[in-house]
Amino acid sequence: MNTLILAAAEEPINPVLPHTSEIIVGLIAFLLLFFVIKKFVSPRFETLYAERAAKIEGGIEKAEQAQAAAQRTLEEYKAQLAEARAEAARIRDDARIEGEQIISELRAKAQEESARIVAQGQTQLETQRAQIVAELRGELGRLAIDLADRVVGESLEDEVRRRGTVDRFLSELDDTAAPAVK
Amino acid sequence: MTTLVLASGGEFVAPGVKDFFPPAIFGSVDKPMVLLVLSVLIIGTFFIAATRRLKLVPGKFQFAAESVYDLGRNSIAREQIGGKDFKPFVPLILTVFTFVLVNNLFGLIPFIQFPTLAHIGFPLAVSVLVIYPVYHYVGFKRHGFVGYLKHATMPPGAPWFVLILLIPIEFFQKFVLNPLTLAIRVFAAMFAGHLLLMVFTLAGEALLFSGGITVVVAPIAFLFAIALTFLEALIMVLQAYIFALLSANYIGAAMSEEH
Repeated sequence: MNTLILAAAEEPINPVLPHTSEIIVGLIAFLLLFFVIKKFVSPRFETLYAERAAKIEGGIEKAEQAQAAAQRTLEEYKAQLAEARAEAARIRDDARIEGEQIISELRAKAQEESARIVAQGQTQLETQRAQIVAELRGELGRLAIDLADRVVGESLEDEVRRRGTVDRFLSELDDTAAPAVK
Repeated sequence: MTTLVLASGGEFVAPGVKDFFPPAIFGSVDKPMVLLVLSVLIIGTFFIAATRRLKLVPGKFQFAAESVYDLGRNSIAREQIGGKDFKPFVPLILTVFTFVLVNNLFGLIPFIQFPTLAHIGFPLAVSVLVIYPVYHYVGFKRHGFVGYLKHATMPPGAPWFVLILLIPIEFFQKFVLNPLTLAIRVFAAMFAGHLLLMVFTLAGEALLFSGGITVVVAPIAFLFAIALTFLEALIMVLQAYIFALLSANYIGAAMSEEH
C-alpha cells in the first residue's frame, strides 16, 4: 500500500469500495438493456418458438389426418368389395333357383301338353273309327246287295227268298262287326 | 516490487490499482462508464437486428442469436428455475448473461482492453439492486412472508438442534452473502485477470527496452501474456455463465416447493 501511494503519488483508491456513480450508471444501463430484451427480443423469440412448435405439430397432425383418411378409404373399399361379393353370390343363387324353377315348370307344361295331345289323338281316332265303321256298314250293305244281284243273275222273283237271304247276311255281318265296335 | 524496479533499470513501475482508474474523459465520465453504455448498445443492436425478421428456418445470423437466447433460456433459466415458472425470468437471465459476457470480453478486445466489471460498482448494481430484490420478491410472493422465511432458512427434515445452527447460517447466506458473493466473484476474477495480463505485457515491454541482458527474457513474458489471454477468455465466458446460472438458481430456490 505504501509503495502504491508512493508510486501513484495521489489519493489511494480502494478498488473494493464501490463508487456511487458507477452503481447508478450500472443499474441504469442494465435496466435499459433489460427493457429492450424484455420488450423486443424475448417476445419475438417466444413467438418464433411457438410458431415453430405449431408448424411441427401441424405437420404431424396433417400426416395423421392423411393416414386416417387413407385408412377410411381402405375400409370403405373392403366393405364395398365384400358387399359386391355377397351381391354376386346372391345373384348366382337366385339365378340357379330361377333356372330350376323354369326347368320344372317347362317340364310340367310339356308333360301336360303331351298328355293333352295323346288324349286328343285318342278321341280323334275313336270318332274317326266310329265314322268309318258307320260308313262301311252302309257301304257294305249296298255292295252286298249289288253282289247278290249279280250272283243271282236276275232279280229274285221270289221275294220271300230274297228277304230271307238279306236278313241272314246282315245278322251275320252284325255278329262279326259287333266285337270290333266294342 | 523493489527487485523488479531495480532489474528494469529503475524505470519499471508495476501495474496496480491505479491502472484500473483511468482519468475521466469528460466530467466524471470515465472509460468503464463509456464501455458499459457501449455494451448495452452492442447487445441491444445485435438482438434487435437479429430478431427483426425471424424465420422458422434460421439463417446464420439468426442462428447465432438464437443460440445465445437458447443458452439463457433453456440451459440456464429452465434448468435452474424449472419448467413451469421459468418463462417470465428468461429476459432477466438473458440480460444478465449477455451484459456480463460482453463487459467481460471487453478486456480482450484490442483498443478497448478493459473488463468493465473490474469496477465493483457495476456487478454490485446488478446483483444487489436487481437480482437480490427479484429473488426475494418472488419468494415472498410465492410462499407468503412467514412461509418464505421458513422456506429460506429451515431446510425440511433437519432435527431441531441442527436448526439452531442452520437458521442463522441460512439467513445470513440468503439475505446478506449471496448478492455480495455474486458481485465479488466476477469483480475479483476480472480484476485479477486484467492485472495479470498487464503485469506480463508491461513487464515484457520493460524488459525488451531495458537494454541489458534481460532482453532475452522478454519473449517469455509475452508468451505468458498470450497464454494468459486464452485463459482469460475462458474465465470471462465462464464468469458470465456462472453469474447468470447463480442468479437463476437463487430465483429457482426461492420459488421451489421444497429444497
